[in-house]
Amino acid sequence: MTDLTQYLDYALIGMLLAVAFAIVRLRNLFAVVMLMGVYSLLCAAWFVSLDAVDVAFTEAAVGAGISTVLLLAAMLLTAREAEPSKPQRHWAALAVVVAAGAALLYAVPDMPVYGDAESVANAYVGRDYLEQTPHDIAVPNIVTAVLSSYRGFDTLGETVVIFTAGLGVILLLGFGGRKREPKGKPAAKAAPAARAPKAGKPAKPVKEEGAS
Amino acid sequence: MLDILLERFNYIPIIILMMTGLYVVFATGNLVKRLVGLSLFQTSVFLLYITLAKVFGGQPPIIADAHGDDHGAAAAGHGAAEAVLYSNPLPHVLILTAIVVGVATLAVGLALVVRIREAYGSIEDEALNAADYSRDTGAAG
Repeated sequence: MTDLTQYLDYALIGMLLAVAFAIVRLRNLFAVVMLMGVYSLLCAAWFVSLDAVDVAFTEAAVGAGISTVLLLAAMLLTAREAEPSKPQRHWAALAVVVAAGAALLYAVPDMPVYGDAESVANAYVGRDYLEQTPHDIAVPNIVTAVLSSYRGFDTLGETVVIFTAGLGVILLLGFGGRKREPKGKPAAKAAPAARAPKAGKPAKPVKEEGAS
Repeated sequence: MLDILLERFNYIPIIILMMTGLYVVFATGNLVKRLVGLSLFQTSVFLLYITLAKVFGGQPPIIADAHGDDHGAAAAGHGAAEAVLYSNPLPHVLILTAIVVGVATLAVGLALVVRIREAYGSIEDEALNAADYSRDTGAAG
């Protein structure tokens, strides 16, 4: 299948790699967050090329849109610049990543062939959905049919996850009317320090001090 | 061996992208950048699943002629599904769910980071470790 869109795929892969390496190199958090948005958008473009149009617009709206907004807000509330980390940490991370990547590359020959309609991944359940959807559900978009009807309970679970996450964020950050004690940082630091001796375990910090 | 890899060339850049995200998670001490690395990893896993679902010469899994009257079009739609190749819709559905869940977990992680910044005044993990250990010795002494 020599169609011209494969060159578009190669270009997108190249851009994805460039953006990912730039994210590794940069320390300015604004640039990092913006490049993450660019990465999501490039992914969405590749999803269109891979026939996954529903995934593409979800990625463009949620991955490139909402994620970027959330990351920007968190960046504004915390820090603008990442501090450089120690060199030995880079080497340790590189060792872990190379080992994991080598294991994954070792597994690649067992994966299904790219673009093969008869591969195990594409042959059974997905084809059943394609054949049954016009009979069972009068929805032309099969992704919609599977998402909301065949696997409706999955989607229900997903909304439960989103609800739980929203609840967690509200519990962590409050509704915005949270009272800020004056000198919030020293008070927050002082509270556990004042509580520790009162709890009647001075032995443990001494032991930790001796250990460290 | 080489043509086995060439038939599966799509997995190799995706594995490199996944490992890039993992490297960011391990190598940076800044918690916001670490969450960006986690998102990078996650988005690359989405790419892995979607390339798995690609069928060469396939269409997006939207049946073209399902708009007519339902019962008559059902048989026609069945015939069309045989004749026209479609990409596998199942990984699309799974990744659709995963994208939304990924954003939800990212939001919780960022809320934790903001709270850590309020409590400690820093989001670098070295500074957080230092603050924790100095607090312990301060309580002892």
